[in-house]
Amino acid sequence: MTLWTTVLLASGLAFTLKFLGYVVPHQVLDGVIVSRVTAMLPVALLSALVAVQTFTATGGALTVDARAAGLAVAVTALLLRAPFLVVVILAAATTASLRALGWG
Amino acid sequence: MNTNTVHAPRLADQRRKEVLRQCLSVGIATGAYGISFGALSVAAGLNIWQTIALSALLFSGASQFAVVGVVAAGGAGAAAVATSSLLGMRNGLYGLQMSRLLKVRGLRRVPAAQLTIDESTAVAIGQPEQAAQQLGFWGTGIAVYVLWNLSTILGAVVGDALGDPKRYGLDAAAPAAFCALLWPRLKSGDTRAVAAVAAVIALVVAPHASAGIPVLVAALAAIVAGLLPSGGPRVPYDLDEPSTAPEEKPPI
Repeated sequence: MTLWTTVLLASGLAFTLKFLGYVVPHQVLDGVIVSRVTAMLPVALLSALVAVQTFTATGGALTVDARAAGLAVAVTALLLRAPFLVVVILAAATTASLRALGWG
Repeated sequence: MNTNTVHAPRLADQRRKEVLRQCLSVGIATGAYGISFGALSVAAGLNIWQTIALSALLFSGASQFAVVGVVAAGGAGAAAVATSSLLGMRNGLYGLQMSRLLKVRGLRRVPAAQLTIDESTAVAIGQPEQAAQQLGFWGTGIAVYVLWNLSTILGAVVGDALGDPKRYGLDAAAPAAFCALLWPRLKSGDTRAVAAVAAVIALVVAPHASAGIPVLVAALAAIVAGLLPSGGPRVPYDLDEPSTAPEEKPPI
């Protein structure tokens, strides 16, 4: 799959999913189970993405490096109710600084 | 449900301003992290036009970050599309809610669907009266769309000029961004448990599968959790009917 195919396919499916909400009869997707699965999916996916992108090296081997410190700082910032952009910048800055010092 | 189809009463100027101010502040706050998306996307190897296409066409932050995340890790295109689409399923559920509040028909459903994301839905359902819900949806949707796309371009151009993303810790910026997107969803014990299980599953699978697959396997945790009876409070998406019922007029 070329990058353009990936981009356009993901975009087409994203729109289809949004549009379905406006055309599907309400009772079809209104069940409690569907609601719960749909609510839990982003939680599981986002959490898995955080874990994989922080703690795996290329090829999937588990590793702890400067990214872990960046994530720890991000979590601390979130606990202190920092805004999104601050969280992201602090994480990047922490990781970059540690690398500049020769760690991770 | 409320089947009243008459037009919602007009908002007072004061209320209108209040809602629009909310729309704009959400638009600015959300738009700002389009910069990090743009920068991460070009760092992942997408070109500027592909990056712009994702923001203009896909227009759903978590899905966009997922696509570039899987691509950056060297994952297959199919895994990127699947992860993005699983994340996008919630927008369909938002659409169900919004179609009741907006009462859009015909072609207007196309822009309404495209603007159906976390932020526009959240601002809309946060309003007590129907006219404000509609204004909140369109106002936030348009503000986020415009600012998100502008800041994506800025991030892509600046990111492209930066060079090696690791020097700037950009590979830590992506998980931090996901973490910030995840954070507000961790309010109930149910969701915290699902998040923890999903993270562990993903890490256990990671050394044995190609990029993108561990995250999809972890999604199974959500499906299993969704099928189990809930012990906690109701999920936030299962909203009560909006409180838009017109005031009961006393019989004459």
